[in-house]
Amino acid sequence: MEALLTAAFLTALLAGAVAAGVPLLLAGLGEQMSEKAGVLNIGIEGMMLMGAYLGFLVAFESGNVALGFVAGMAGGMAVALFMAILCVGLGLNQIVIGIGLTLGVEGLTALLHHFQFSTTYPRLAAAWRLPVPGLVELPVIGPALFDRHPLVYLAFLLVPLLAWLYRRTALGLTLRAAGEKPAALDVAGIDVQTVRFLAVLFTGAMAGLGGAFMANVAAGIFIPFMTGGAGFIGIVLAMLARGRPAWVLIGAVIFGGALSLTTALQVAGLNVPTDLIQMLPFAAVMAVLVLYGRKARLPAALGLPYVRGAR
Amino acid sequence: MSVSLETTPGEIGEAAPGRHRALVHLALVTLGPILAALVLSGLVLLALGVDPLAYYGYVAQRGLFSWLGLQQTLTRMAPLLCLAAALIVAFRAGIWNLGIDGQFLLGAMTSAALAPFLITVLPAGATLLVAAAGAALVGAVWSLLPALLRAYQQVNEIITTLMMTFLGVSFANLLVKLVFLDPGTTVPQTRTLPVADRLPTLFGTTISGGLVLGLVAVVVVHLVMTRTAFGLKLRTVGENPQAAHHAGLDVPLLTVAVFAISAALAGLAGGIEILGVHGNLRADWNPAYGLAVIPLVFLARFNGFAAIVFVFFYSALMIGGESAARRIGVPHYFTLVLVANLLILLALAEYLDHRRRQRAG
Repeated sequence: MEALLTAAFLTALLAGAVAAGVPLLLAGLGEQMSEKAGVLNIGIEGMMLMGAYLGFLVAFESGNVALGFVAGMAGGMAVALFMAILCVGLGLNQIVIGIGLTLGVEGLTALLHHFQFSTTYPRLAAAWRLPVPGLVELPVIGPALFDRHPLVYLAFLLVPLLAWLYRRTALGLTLRAAGEKPAALDVAGIDVQTVRFLAVLFTGAMAGLGGAFMANVAAGIFIPFMTGGAGFIGIVLAMLARGRPAWVLIGAVIFGGALSLTTALQVAGLNVPTDLIQMLPFAAVMAVLVLYGRKARLPAALGLPYVRGAR
Repeated sequence: MSVSLETTPGEIGEAAPGRHRALVHLALVTLGPILAALVLSGLVLLALGVDPLAYYGYVAQRGLFSWLGLQQTLTRMAPLLCLAAALIVAFRAGIWNLGIDGQFLLGAMTSAALAPFLITVLPAGATLLVAAAGAALVGAVWSLLPALLRAYQQVNEIITTLMMTFLGVSFANLLVKLVFLDPGTTVPQTRTLPVADRLPTLFGTTISGGLVLGLVAVVVVHLVMTRTAFGLKLRTVGENPQAAHHAGLDVPLLTVAVFAISAALAGLAGGIEILGVHGNLRADWNPAYGLAVIPLVFLARFNGFAAIVFVFFYSALMIGGESAARRIGVPHYFTLVLVANLLILLALAEYLDHRRRQRAG
């Protein structure tokens, strides 16, 4: 038990929680925007994976990780564009299309990876870190929280920014209306489809960025199917957060911690089967749903296409 | 949110005056997306520098037109048919059971754990029966939590069943590696059921007897859902839970029943694959058949007989694709691309057809 409380273990756990949690945070925040606007974005897993693949590819070919992040966002948005056109524009079933897009991206990225990198499995150099002066000196949380890639800080800053957007701005109100009572928004003269379209694209950008972070910073390599359900966890985070970005952050850190426990336990000298550790985040999701499932409130018009004039 | 694209299942096969025209129309909205998906996926192959015609030709030759390949195709159909039956029950009852891969794998694990042990104390027939029943039971148990959450707490089952699949896959691996490990081999796997004691093959071929079980499962499910009072109850719950409640149906109980039946069939699919083909379960083996069967069931409009046809062609595609991975060097991930295209184009075709009919009045 003593081994579990050493500074090395705690640092490894917290650092791992951040590395694994940032993609979840970005995906969860992105999904939250879609869900607020009334679109259940099951395709987010595919958007993350596309972001991871394109982000890695561009970062590797250009040698510029920042450019990789832009590409990752673009990749996520490209998949989101399909989702937006098919589900928002044409009103097709959001679940069918979401699954279809995820399967397609899984197959496509695995194929492309096979033809490009399957013999070499190239790695990126270790990610750039930006220590925050002063704070980095703190024990345990210094190296874990304040000696990270700048994107980590940006992701954390996004939380209060989005909270402010949802609560204090007209844009936030518009988004909520698109999910709760689209007809009212329509009457107010704002096009529901446009609002939802943009919300889905934002989700794609966030998911793509999260995927690119996963490949370029957390792992330094692209592996087929590497998102492994992170997008789905993002959906759960958004569902349980009941529309509040701060809760997405809390959830992301907890699930990130569960995901990174293997490495941390190895640091502490304990050997626990990986399969058992891999079950932790999903078991945690189920436990939370059992306890708080009833409270996971979702917007009233979630998942329903908006057809003007239809009741 | 009900599980349907645009067409309701009842519309198919109605004996209307224009039955001939309806059939032609059905062929168009079915074959159209299939052909379009083949073309679109072919373009992906072309972009990768592979001749799509040569690829498809090889896949068809290997999966359909060679006796060896055809036998493998028919054997592969067995688990896929059981999974299709599992999905038909769930989708017709308005339940998104997306956890069939986890239920499948735990079913497989159960059979692989039971059969090699039971065969030492029981006759072969009883061994197979108990091992298959165990697989179905474990599959059903694995769906209990999502079922109860959906039935009594209104928690969205898409998320819970997906979570349970991730959990189930890791759990099955854990059990294989830690509990049911065969100490006699270096690869982590369960003990092996001898070939002679597996499900009998059909008429002196290598086709697994599981095919018969799969066919029976789909046909029975189709008839129960379309021709019996119990099926009607389940469909009512799926299409309008409030109406079902007012009609005096115990909606939560029926919801749990749907999950249990669906997941038991998925577990049985895993059992059949082990008892008929592999004889043991290797750690980290996860064919993920489930997500690929979803588009097939949609394509069949939840009709069991149509599902048999699509499963047959998909099996051929899988067998051919696996062989092409070795010969032509295109990994079997390509089947995922094809399935995704199929799913999206199918939804699109349904939409266009719906619009056309609306305009026609």
